[in-house]
Amino acid sequence: MIDLRIDLPGLKLKNPVIPASGCFGFGEEFAELYDLNQLGAITIKAATLEPRIGNPTPRIAETYGGILNAIGLQNPGVEVIIKEKLPWLEQFDLPVIANVAGDTVDEYVEVSRRLAGSEVIKALELNISCPNVQKGGMAFGTDPDTAAELTAEVKKAAGKPVYVKLSPNVTDIVKIARAVEEAGADGLSMINTLLGMRLDLRSGKTVLANGTGGLSGPAIKPVAIRMIYQVYREVNLPIIGMGGIQDARDVLEFLYAGASAVGIGTANFINPYVCPEIIRDLPGVLAEHGFNSIQEAIGYAHR
Amino acid sequence: MKLTEDMLVIKNQELAPGIYELVLRGENVRLMKEAGQFVNVQLEGKGFILRRPFSICEINSPEKEFKIIFRVQGEGTEHLAGIEAGERLNIFGPLGKGFPESALAEGETALLIGGGIGTPPLYELARRLHDRGNRVITVLGFQDRDGVFYEEEFSRYSEVHIATMDGSYGYKGNVLELIEDLGLDFDILYACGPMAMLKAIQEAYGKDKRGYISLEERMACGIGACYGCVCDKEGDSPYQKRVCKEGPVFGLNEVSI
Ligand SMILES: Cc1cc2nc3c(=O)[nH]c(=O)nc-3n(C[C@H](O)[C@H](O)[C@H](O)COP(=O)(O)OP(=O)(O)OC[C@H]3O[C@@H](n4cnc5c(N)ncnc54)[C@H](O)[C@@H]3O)c2cc1C
Ligand SMILES: Cc1cc2nc3c(=O)[nH]c(=O)nc-3n(C[C@H](O)[C@H](O)[C@H](O)COP(=O)(O)O)c2cc1C
Ligand code: FES
Repeated sequence: MIDLRIDLPGLKLKNPVIPASGCFGFGEEFAELYDLNQLGAITIKAATLEPRIGNPTPRIAETYGGILNAIGLQNPGVEVIIKEKLPWLEQFDLPVIANVAGDTVDEYVEVSRRLAGSEVIKALELNISCPNVQKGGMAFGTDPDTAAELTAEVKKAAGKPVYVKLSPNVTDIVKIARAVEEAGADGLSMINTLLGMRLDLRSGKTVLANGTGGLSGPAIKPVAIRMIYQVYREVNLPIIGMGGIQDARDVLEFLYAGASAVGIGTANFINPYVCPEIIRDLPGVLAEHGFNSIQEAIGYAHR
Repeated sequence: MKLTEDMLVIKNQELAPGIYELVLRGENVRLMKEAGQFVNVQLEGKGFILRRPFSICEINSPEKEFKIIFRVQGEGTEHLAGIEAGERLNIFGPLGKGFPESALAEGETALLIGGGIGTPPLYELARRLHDRGNRVITVLGFQDRDGVFYEEEFSRYSEVHIATMDGSYGYKGNVLELIEDLGLDFDILYACGPMAMLKAIQEAYGKDKRGYISLEERMACGIGACYGCVCDKEGDSPYQKRVCKEGPVFGLNEVSI
């Protein structure tokens, strides 16, 4: 028997597979396809204090081996999420991670406080890395001091474990990771999308209405692996690794680099059943490489 | 039961320059309930990531076959044009909400308006409305004579009128001008085609006719989870409707274009 279980701050996971924020809504649509109880946990769409309408369309563009998105944090606002989305998730035996976004430190703190008050939310994920909004978002994730201040303020108010979701759009990701560790973060999620752009050859204009968008999918996997590898060596926090994971072999590579669990985003769009399929395949892949548990594979590249 | 299936390609044939008719066979065909629903087709190779959405054009339940008609538009559809009978394609669907047939009462007349590659989903609809015993009129618009397809097929189930922009076939002008010219009378309209055509239809008939229109938008998940494909709901704050989930078919006045 291969042991897929893993315990992280606030999260008792039956397996390390977690749909990534923004790629899985609040779970309702995928629940029509399969039993969500199979998953390790789920990360729900980013919440802000007020409803956000998001960016104009087109919001999605394809590129070789990846996609660009510029959704712009569209969400119904934290109150609606608490009243209408979270109660539905109570029926599952599934830890829920709430992704939090905002324009100001106060907004992050307030949204975190309200979400942490909900029974189903087991941990918060601070999205300081969204490249698709004018204010806030990535601006918090590219400066170590700002990231640390935000983390400390949320920690004070939330009373639930806080994972900070790091942006890859920085020159030294280790610096940011260290700063949020010192500020009291319980874990890291990495990576968010890389800032990109596509131009339409006929019109000469950007394909996305927003101009730029966030690159995700298999194209960014080596960037994610590299960053997790670097951070794992220097920082003592558990890492939820993500960026281009498509199958159980990719998961093993992330574990090797230093991730303790993984987020699956874009792959859900290619194959809507990818999460349960990875969970099904993971024991075989671990066994094939001589491991009896997830635990044994974490950080294997560093031994 | 899984909504994705590796379906067998029965035929893939060019109907008009750059327009292909693709027939697939699989168990999930029996889940296809409404005309106007769509499927998401996975493409192998070339670094393709996103599935490509196509409307269901014809459902042949006894044979477990269905058809899509597509136009070569970019790299993905170019790749699709090269797929041959005997190969397999992974199909996700049926997805979305289609054209409600029950909106049409006994004895009423339906007007189907198709623009270019927006024509395919109306074909299954024409057959169904005809089988219900309703009178069906189809008006199709194309760029030119070369682009015309499915006139004969539509005429099995409906009275067909064709318009081309350059007048090289049928009426010279757009579909709305043709409808006006013929003085067509109808109770309900169903339309699919370019945004400009749908907007013109809203303007012309939004006040005093019932109807349904089918929209397109760039998609990622195809099931309502990513908020990539939103459109504007009339009288509400923007981007509240997902084309893949609440649509692609909407009430004539339900969305602002
Ligand atoms: C609900 C729905 C039903 C459709 N039904 C049909 C049909 O029956 N027949 C048909 O020929 N076409 C149909 N389309 C349009 C079809 O999906 C696009 O032409 C196709 O995706 C283009 O792919 P490509 O790789 O060749 O083009 P590219 O331009 O290279 O595609 C790049 C990306 O943009 C997306 N894209 C490009 N054009 C469109 C578009 N018009 N709508 C949505 N996404 C687009 C592609 O899916 C891809 O992700 C439909 C679209 C939708 C949303
Ligand atoms: C359509 C889309 C929406 C996203 N929305 C969010 C979001 O709301 N909050 C967030 O922290 N990350 C968001 N992300 C980033 C993903 O959670 C993930 O970090 C990233 O896509 C890399 O993983 P992947 O390659 O598996 O998709 C989004 C990504 C995509 C593609
Ligand atoms: S394509 Fe994801 S919500 Fe419509």
